[in-house]
Amino acid sequence: MADNAVLEVEDSAQDFAQRTPKQIAWKRFRRNKVGVASAWVAIFFIMAAVLAPIIVRLLGLSNTLTYPETLNEYAMPIGKFGGISLDHPLGVEPGTGRDVLSLLLYGSRISYTVAVITSVSTIGLGMLIGVSTGYFRGRVDAIVGRFSDFLLSFPGTFMIIALSLPLVQRVEAMGIAKDNAARIVVLVTFFVFFGWPGFARLIRSQAMSMRERDFVMAAQAMGASSWRIITKELLPNLWPTAIVFLSLSLPGFLSAEAVFSFLGVGVQAPASTFGLVLSDAIGYWRDDPAYLLIPSTMLVTIVLSLNLLGDAIRDALDPKGSR
Amino acid sequence: MLKYLVRRISATLVVLTLISMSVFLIFDVLPMDPARLTCGKACSPAVVEANRHRLGLDVPVQVQYGRWVKGLFVGRTYGEGQAEFTCPAPAFGYSFNRHECVTDLLKRAFPVTLSLAIGAFFLWLFVGVSLGIVAARFKNRWPDRASNVFVLVGTSLPTFISGILILLFVALKFGFVNPIDLGKWVSPFENPLGWINTFIFPWITLALAYAATYTRFTRSNVIETSSEDYIRTARAKGLSEKVILRKHTLRAALAPIVTLAGLDFAGLLGGAIITEGIFNLPGLGRLSIRAVLNDYDLPIIVATTMLAATFLVVMNLLVDILYAYIDPRVRVA
Repeated sequence: MADNAVLEVEDSAQDFAQRTPKQIAWKRFRRNKVGVASAWVAIFFIMAAVLAPIIVRLLGLSNTLTYPETLNEYAMPIGKFGGISLDHPLGVEPGTGRDVLSLLLYGSRISYTVAVITSVSTIGLGMLIGVSTGYFRGRVDAIVGRFSDFLLSFPGTFMIIALSLPLVQRVEAMGIAKDNAARIVVLVTFFVFFGWPGFARLIRSQAMSMRERDFVMAAQAMGASSWRIITKELLPNLWPTAIVFLSLSLPGFLSAEAVFSFLGVGVQAPASTFGLVLSDAIGYWRDDPAYLLIPSTMLVTIVLSLNLLGDAIRDALDPKGSR
Repeated sequence: MLKYLVRRISATLVVLTLISMSVFLIFDVLPMDPARLTCGKACSPAVVEANRHRLGLDVPVQVQYGRWVKGLFVGRTYGEGQAEFTCPAPAFGYSFNRHECVTDLLKRAFPVTLSLAIGAFFLWLFVGVSLGIVAARFKNRWPDRASNVFVLVGTSLPTFISGILILLFVALKFGFVNPIDLGKWVSPFENPLGWINTFIFPWITLALAYAATYTRFTRSNVIETSSEDYIRTARAKGLSEKVILRKHTLRAALAPIVTLAGLDFAGLLGGAIITEGIFNLPGLGRLSIRAVLNDYDLPIIVATTMLAATFLVVMNLLVDILYAYIDPRVRVA
């Protein structure tokens, strides 16, 4: 990092002059090779999930069809490494003979959807509550603070496991959604419900310290409304925190979704998220280890690349520079 | 100090009461009917009602809650006449599906979870803190980069994947563990080696995830503390690097780890659901998830949830009190 620092000093005079903070951050991000590489890996996997129907059709496969001809008489895939072949690049599922690549592509769509909706809602809710309590203080702040303390000492994982089953039934009875859609609604609601206090706390402390800074006082002195101060003065200074939190919470919620599906309280078959495939694959580990190793490698690669990307974004947005 | 203690302890009691009340309320408004679940599909309404009475679910929720709290302190009697029996205090309820007082179930499960948590705790604390210190001392050199790889792998590998891989491709594949004995509870006082043998792979699994976080946390804390003025002063007055690290840097840098470690440990005491599930350990986590997935055994679910919350809240209190002693900057008001 030492030589990097020298470089930065050298070109800061020309390059960084008259640049917006966004441009500076972008420039620093592009210089981080690991960050750029992990960004490409993450984009690759996300695009593969988004384009799953097209990719699967182009390969002449389907995520619902079974391929009995690929299984032997014990319902195990024929051939090495879980039946990997040109037709089935990641092998076939033992027992049913579904194509693993299509299963994982379609399954990861669910995982990403859950992770994205959860992260964005957590940040939205946390931002709203954090900014308003941090800026206005007062009685509402005290009540919300107590409530979030209370939530943080609640055993969230236990509650999700204990409550998801009855709540899914209620959501279905109310006609909001059916089957897996209902399970996703419940899971996302829980994640957000137990997730916002952490982020709101972070934002609250920043909003509180910013409130006392000169630029906010100047705005107040000029008679700006609270709405204007929050949207024009506070939010622009808070978005780096939100971006960093977003990039690090995405992989977190991605694995959380996998964990709950794995435990049997998340999405259920015939869907095929990582957690479901893995809990199914344990039964075949001795005869078909590839069926276990391929999805785990894929999930770990995605989470790792998103984590690295998050670190790179944080470094790029951190005004203190290289650490 | 005494005033502070009294205030904190009473606040903790209030929080615990609130949590227990909301747990009861939540389970009361749910559409789940535990009485309906006590017997199979072909079940006459009369039997369901009888079971509802036996479970004590035929009274309003505040009465149920009152009975539950009373049971905690004086024990609780179930059934009438011939079939009468008592769960002694502290009674967390009675599981009609397992025909056992919940307290007995908890008593059997807790040593397992405690063993799991203690071993993993010391393992990850040792690995995480020492790796973090080494990484900070050799910042940006190879030990730092190597530990960074460890951190990345540790934080990106979900516990259920590392657990499965360790169990299947290390423990079972190389015959370290006999599949029949998997998760068999062995008391550390009767058979220490067998105890270690049961828990060593679960410890590694849990420690792997936590150690990564602790490495990262220790490293950044040590680096931050090293740039403080008083460290420069210590160096200027000619102290050796070893003494500076031990007596000046680490003392300040490791204090925040007390909070983190205390809360993580308390979280584990409530039950490590995933690790216990994978390694088939009969601890609190497995007890609660089975109670949910198999028969929705409400008394068990309420008890384990409450226990987990209690550990968290009480540990939070202990950490705060401990911190007032460790860190002289914390002045108790």
